[in-house]
Amino acid sequence: MLIKRPPDILPSEITPPEVYRGRREFMRTAAGLALAGSLGVQAGSAAAAVKLATRPGPYGTGEELTPWKDVTGYNNFYEFGTDKADPARHAGSLRTRPWTLQVDGLVKRPGSYDIDALLKLAPLEDRIYRMRCVEGWSMVIPWVGYPLNELIRRVEPLGSAKYVEFTTLNDRTQMPGVRFPVLDWPYTEGLRLDEAQHPLTLLSVGLYGEALPNQNGAPVRIVVPWKYGFKSAKSIVRIRFVEKQPVSSWMSAAPREYGFYSNVNPEVDHPRWSQAKERRIGEFLKRKTLMFNGYGEQVARMYSNLDLRRYF
Amino acid sequence: MSPRRFTTLKATLFVLCLGPLASLVYGLLADTLGANPIEALTRGLGDWTLRLLLITLAVTPLRRLSGLNWLLRLRRMLGLFTFFYAALHLTSYVWLDQFFDWAAIWKDIVKRPFITVGFTAFLLLIPLAATSSNAMIKRLGGRLWQALHRTVYAIAVFAVLHYWWMVKKDITQPAIYAAVLALLLGLRLYWALQRRGGAVATPG
Repeated sequence: MLIKRPPDILPSEITPPEVYRGRREFMRTAAGLALAGSLGVQAGSAAAAVKLATRPGPYGTGEELTPWKDVTGYNNFYEFGTDKADPARHAGSLRTRPWTLQVDGLVKRPGSYDIDALLKLAPLEDRIYRMRCVEGWSMVIPWVGYPLNELIRRVEPLGSAKYVEFTTLNDRTQMPGVRFPVLDWPYTEGLRLDEAQHPLTLLSVGLYGEALPNQNGAPVRIVVPWKYGFKSAKSIVRIRFVEKQPVSSWMSAAPREYGFYSNVNPEVDHPRWSQAKERRIGEFLKRKTLMFNGYGEQVARMYSNLDLRRYF
Repeated sequence: MSPRRFTTLKATLFVLCLGPLASLVYGLLADTLGANPIEALTRGLGDWTLRLLLITLAVTPLRRLSGLNWLLRLRRMLGLFTFFYAALHLTSYVWLDQFFDWAAIWKDIVKRPFITVGFTAFLLLIPLAATSSNAMIKRLGGRLWQALHRTVYAIAVFAVLHYWWMVKKDITQPAIYAAVLALLLGLRLYWALQRRGGAVATPG
């Protein structure tokens, strides 16, 4: 299959203007924040406004960014309710400090990472990715983060580790949605180890140059741009390396509808609706959905021996 | 109720029935329908089709329970508004959502059960809307007309299924509509059984 796509980096987008301005803003406010820190102000309370120091990353799309208001106001995050406006309404109750990410399972160096240590583990990059929801809509989002592989190589997976499982926080005092048995809580997702190590797979801590808003999966989440959005687990507390393919929350909720791979694929429909087209948020006409969400050149080779219709 | 008061009531109800449409159109123009306005509009029109359908189906039980016979004289208008919103819902899907991609629409109708039942419900509504006038009642005769208009029970079941099968996971909303429909149809069934069973079925 021939997919026409722009080169990885377009000159015009090496540094998106928002981020560029954001970085200047960061320089200006850094001093102020340092002062606030010394006065004992909790980092968590200021997290929403924290500008992140980032550098441009690869894989731009050359497409118009989805407005911040839509990226942060139209979300699927069932822990805060099933309506797409619910997360923005209810996620204020999520406490993102202190936050610990546990990394364990089949690794040589398991460990617990404090969120602030995690932020400094590797240089933060701006990564502009397409995001295609399984429901048939899409966005273009300027994430901030670094390749998940930066973390993976530090914990040294054992030879027996074949898959990676992600677990989202499950706390009914902070997440009103988990009081209802809509899904098997906690939310879990999984990737094959090579998928998790792929340079596109991001450990994200921000968007639009700032710390992640709670409704987008603060303080730390996964972004896998060639898979449907639900594969990108939000607000994660655990990464576990395992031998057997994990069963994700959506797989156990509806195995016929949501497979382990869930690669964006216009030729394999959801049993109840077509995946051939998508509505880019902010656009009137639907556009054709691209194989692997347009990232075929980078990822198709991982699936050359896989029947994508069977392993949907 | 005096004819004048009834006319006022009916006119008020007419305006009220246009309210949801006005609010959706305003939302579309003022950009207050959220990030995905086309979806919000299509779903809003669908919601109101279902609500009006259930309100129409509530007229007969309400009249029987309350003894307010004039309620029956509002039923035709409510039924026609149901058809009006159903037609707008379908138009929104065909025009705004699919933008007249007839191949995709046809594929949806034959391949997606939730669209198959929704479209069937709409087709079945057409003869009911077309035979809603006094002249048509006279032409068909009361018995045939009534038999034809009983298909509304099947239409309502299809409409609820249409919603139920569309929802990704959280079926709270469609379950509420299903419960209301079950109550409205259950009351009719109960009364019908009572009529048939007569005195025999009711022990002292």
